[in-house]
Amino acid sequence: MNYRKLLMLCLALTAVCFLLIACPEKPEDMTPKVERLEKENAELKQTVEQLQKENDELKQQLKELAVKMEVKELQVGFVYVSPIGDAGWSYAHDKGRLFIDKMDGVTTSYVESVPEGPDSERVMLNMARKNYDLIFATSFGYMDPMLKVAKKFPQATFMHCSGFKKSENMGNYFGRMYQARYLSGIVAGAMTKNNTLGYVAAFPIPEVIRGINAFTLGAQSVNPDVQVRVVWTKTWYDPATEKEAAKSLLDVGADVIAQHQDSPGPQEAAQEKGVYSIGYNSDMSAFAPKAHLCAPVWNWGPFYAEIVEAVRNGTWESKAYWYGLENGIVDLSPMSAMVPADVQAKVMTEKEAIKEGTKKVFTGPVKDQAGQVKIAAGKTGSDGELLGMNWFVEGVIGTTQ
Amino acid sequence: MNTDLLVPLLAAAIQSGTPILFATLGEILTEKSGVLNLGVEGIMIVGALAAFVCAKLTGNPLLAFALAGVAGMVIAAGHGVVCLWFLGNQVVSGLALTIFGLGLADYLGTPLIGQTAPGFGKLSIPGLGALPILGPIFFQQDLLVYLSVGVVPLLWAFLNKTRWGLNLRAVGEHPEAAAAAGIDVLRYRWAGVLGGGFLVGLGGAYLSLAYTHLWTSGLTAGRGWIAVALVIFAFWRPGRALLGAYLFGGVMAFQLRLQAIGTHVPSSLLLMLPYALTVIVLVFASWKSRQANAPAALGINIEPQD
Repeated sequence: MNYRKLLMLCLALTAVCFLLIACPEKPEDMTPKVERLEKENAELKQTVEQLQKENDELKQQLKELAVKMEVKELQVGFVYVSPIGDAGWSYAHDKGRLFIDKMDGVTTSYVESVPEGPDSERVMLNMARKNYDLIFATSFGYMDPMLKVAKKFPQATFMHCSGFKKSENMGNYFGRMYQARYLSGIVAGAMTKNNTLGYVAAFPIPEVIRGINAFTLGAQSVNPDVQVRVVWTKTWYDPATEKEAAKSLLDVGADVIAQHQDSPGPQEAAQEKGVYSIGYNSDMSAFAPKAHLCAPVWNWGPFYAEIVEAVRNGTWESKAYWYGLENGIVDLSPMSAMVPADVQAKVMTEKEAIKEGTKKVFTGPVKDQAGQVKIAAGKTGSDGELLGMNWFVEGVIGTTQ
Repeated sequence: MNTDLLVPLLAAAIQSGTPILFATLGEILTEKSGVLNLGVEGIMIVGALAAFVCAKLTGNPLLAFALAGVAGMVIAAGHGVVCLWFLGNQVVSGLALTIFGLGLADYLGTPLIGQTAPGFGKLSIPGLGALPILGPIFFQQDLLVYLSVGVVPLLWAFLNKTRWGLNLRAVGEHPEAAAAAGIDVLRYRWAGVLGGGFLVGLGGAYLSLAYTHLWTSGLTAGRGWIAVALVIFAFWRPGRALLGAYLFGGVMAFQLRLQAIGTHVPSSLLLMLPYALTVIVLVFASWKSRQANAPAALGINIEPQD
């Protein structure tokens, strides 16, 4: 009996042991724990998501703050009518572009050799669509296309060179190149031996006629007997024709050749003949070192910088910007050593006088070719008269047709 | 107008006529073989660019001049492939070649604008150059002017006095008869196209090596077209081509000098002169078309015989 009891106890203990061992392995008992863990997991996921969301929001705020703190990045586009390597008009503008490209927060780009008309409109439209803030178009024929594009993109600022139209967000600008031409005329008038100057000119438009008149007045100021012979080429950049035109002037006795052309063709002709020349746009002495006396030059950099600052500060206004020697937008390149010191000194005095405003290039009495007084004694030509100039002063030989 | 003005005017006439002369002679050679190549303008400008680049890189203008001829041949070969191999329309192919040449030169030449390259200067012939009046007009020109004048009798002699020249003309007049006589028609036409392309390329080189030493897009400025018109004016004769080219050069130089003297004629009218002359020349040429001497098979493609 005792043995049986012991056996029973043993069996019972064994059964309890089995139970104890088997119990934790039962799946039904795991369910609540798994459920709890899953719940915790979901809660954690939610927290992470929330944190990520908060993080993103903070990042966004940080970005916005950074943008506010930085100088506004200004996108400036330039449209050129000819290749920038032409040593002429577009080359001078591109030097101005490179000047502002160095400023902080300014990025520039350009398109060269853009024909005037519909092609130019497409180029400007493209720039405006890419959110350019400021667009400069540097040829007369871009005027109407630019006006159209400016109306479609009121948030951008447009600047047109050498024209006369403007709108709320489009202004126009130019330089008083005639002032520098007057100075170059003094040099030519002093250097000529035959009293005959040759002038190779592009098109009979007021800009060019004004330059020829100023050049003539400058030459006459030091040499009253001088005459200026003009040949029209009807091209802006055609080295062969422009050189031939200069040669035709040399054949009729001109011994200083000036030009309103973008190619250095006339400079070459003067050097081959062994006479003097006056360049244009930029210092052309590299093309004719033995002939080149000086050149009226463009210096757009400081002006472009001024416009960029004005646009950035919101002080830009739509108007006609017509600056001269006083702002450095036009200048005379350094004179060659062939120009005597007294002539150089005279040019410098006149330059200062024009800068200070005590001297005006077109001061009466100024007569036209027929001898009629166009600007009366004691008067100076108004900007309106200068912009519409279509007559030659006395001493010019040629027609304005 | 006194001799002081007349002498430089005539000298300038020869100078501005020389590129047209080269191109006209080239086109005469091509057309004599029966192929019409309207791509003169395009071939010329590619020649001008090749010469400019070569002169700039090597500093050797003569090499540059020769290379311009080779470049002209390469471009003209395009016309040969289209018209001689694939029997394409000669007018369309020539026009395409002009557009292609102008575009190619514009694209490749843009970085060179505003640069100068070495070229040819005036070369006075000893003795003759010192003659009064005639000296400055004819014998104080650059080397290429003398070369171009030398090509005139050479081309004339080739076309009229050599067996190859007579064969080439036979191919241009009556290709079937030429083929029946055992002449390899296709080979002579290829020779006409390539030889003509060579001369036209030289004409382009004159513009960038001697006339100016500068490069610009559109340097030829329509001179190739004037050459095409001059071929008709010259009745396909090299000697008359010389006359015509100098006449055109003279008109171009004359209008600028007329302005320099101080005429009161509007410059727009004077600038029209060379083009007005082109029209007059074409009218004149078609009026006398009976003795025009045009190759009978000009512009007509030939089917392969095999």
